[in-house]
Amino acid sequence: MTTTSTTAAGGPQFSLRRSSPRYGEKLIKALLMACAGVSIATTLGIIWALFVPAFQFFQTIPITDFLFGTQWSPLFADPQFGVLPLVSGTLIITGIACLVALPLGLLTAMYLSEYAADRTRRILKPVLEVLAGIPTVIFGFFALEFVTQVLLQNIWPQTEVFNALSAGLVMGVMIIPTIASLSEDAMSAVPRALREGAYALGSSKRQVTLKVVVPAALSGIVAAFVLGVSRAIGETMIVAVAAGLQPVLSLNVLGGMQTMTSFIAAAGSGDQPTGSIGYQTIFAVGALLFLMTLVMNMFSIRVVRKFREVYE
Amino acid sequence: MSTVLTAPAEQVTEELRDAGQPLRDRGFRWLLFAALSVGIITLAVLLVFVFSKGMPRLTPTLWQNMPSIRFPDKAGAQSAIMGTIWVIVTTAVICLPVGVMAAIYLEEYADASKRFNRIVEINIQNLAAVPSIVYGILGLGVIARALMLGQTVITAALTLSLLVLPVVIISSREAIRAVPQSIRAGSLALGATQWQTVSRQVLPAAVPGIATGAILALSRAIGEAAPLLLLGAVTFITFNPDGLMSSYTVMPIQIYNWISQSREEFQILAAALCIILLAVLLLMNGFAIYLRNRFQRRW
Repeated sequence: MTTTSTTAAGGPQFSLRRSSPRYGEKLIKALLMACAGVSIATTLGIIWALFVPAFQFFQTIPITDFLFGTQWSPLFADPQFGVLPLVSGTLIITGIACLVALPLGLLTAMYLSEYAADRTRRILKPVLEVLAGIPTVIFGFFALEFVTQVLLQNIWPQTEVFNALSAGLVMGVMIIPTIASLSEDAMSAVPRALREGAYALGSSKRQVTLKVVVPAALSGIVAAFVLGVSRAIGETMIVAVAAGLQPVLSLNVLGGMQTMTSFIAAAGSGDQPTGSIGYQTIFAVGALLFLMTLVMNMFSIRVVRKFREVYE
Repeated sequence: MSTVLTAPAEQVTEELRDAGQPLRDRGFRWLLFAALSVGIITLAVLLVFVFSKGMPRLTPTLWQNMPSIRFPDKAGAQSAIMGTIWVIVTTAVICLPVGVMAAIYLEEYADASKRFNRIVEINIQNLAAVPSIVYGILGLGVIARALMLGQTVITAALTLSLLVLPVVIISSREAIRAVPQSIRAGSLALGATQWQTVSRQVLPAAVPGIATGAILALSRAIGEAAPLLLLGAVTFITFNPDGLMSSYTVMPIQIYNWISQSREEFQILAAALCIILLAVLLLMNGFAIYLRNRFQRRW
């Protein structure tokens, strides 16, 4: 997993007192530090780019109308700015994706960490990496042309061409590798002694996996889940291709839905004049999306730090 | 001591497992295997579907001709292929040096107790999980409009660089951390400065790991479409880029455009371009895995 501790590897502990300062060394250190600072600048840039236009937007449209309105038609003659249809579309499709990805990802991780032989694992992990590396626009194409037209429309003929179910299912498969690989890291970090203790008491492999390894790795698994959900919320191309563009507040997963991301994609690829209300909606919705994923990411980082079981 | 004990213990448990496994335990094993298969079977179906659909149009016209809305049988994707090459090479030139240098700073120089370094640390983890379309908004609001670089190759490359920077930093840090302390200590003991130690000892030893991470980061950038939707790549482009300030389109966006056309011929064209994109990505992935297995040293 991503590491949380930095021990400055070759750092200060080796520095000796010098008679003359080395300006070249200092210059290099400053340059390297500036590169690390790019990440801070990126975050500041994102906040500035999102919240300045969003703030202008909320001066025209009251924030309560935005958050609690149930009609979304910002580019029509009689514009309505209630974001709930986009939020519900996002959450429904994310929910479908999670129903697929959370159980399958976790079970896959259990297999890789506890059951697979070394050689099997060496073959399976790259295959999962390939799955994770497929461009999302190709997943979208697959959802629209195969899952909808070959599978869903044969099972439920009333399925619309653009529907939430196909996008959610394919998105679920897309995030299986994320969840599997992060959960597997957490499970592999559980010390062998814990497993052996359970075996010594007569447990079967299934009992060891479910009652020892999974609870011990729970913080890492929760973090993996949260990260997977946050990836699903932010995914754009699958929904833009397969879920359609109607912002409707409905539970019909066989019909089309628009998400926050696919609205941004659709509105942003048209040429909105800077400063117009249509242009500002992109940033208002973007700010909401950013805040949602930020909260989840911070939560996931926290969970790992706070609740990690520390073993010797 | 524990290593002496573990080996026989595992053998014993393996024997026990094979001796008389209750039905429930075998069932559980199958359940796990079935779960794993879902992902792999979907991947296989996706590949077979895309290949069988796109094969008929995987002809030289695909890379020799320009896109066309009226004549799907003559349409090609040359401008998108050249656009991808322009954008990705520029992205690599920007994000690899910055990412590797940031990683060197964090691993070799930064004092983890300082507040700035802790903020950078958390910040990179957060940035890695920011949705890609938000980077598109950053590119639109800051790079294209505030910096007035417009909807050009350089705007796309800068945006993608920022998008994959966390990936480059995180993987480079892991590669640098894997170089053992004794090498640094030896170099410093011989009188080398810190930068001499980093540039002549640590970096060369970490190159395979850094290269693996770099390839994976760039392959993510190649497949990325969402941020570029906001940066002008959807415009109908029938010429190759001729510089950093040129208009452009890229392969994933061209695929998206073709999917949006209702005629079946365009769906086939989209599938054919998917094959090219997938082939490039599989080659890059394969090369990264090869590098990792061939050159990564265990110290």
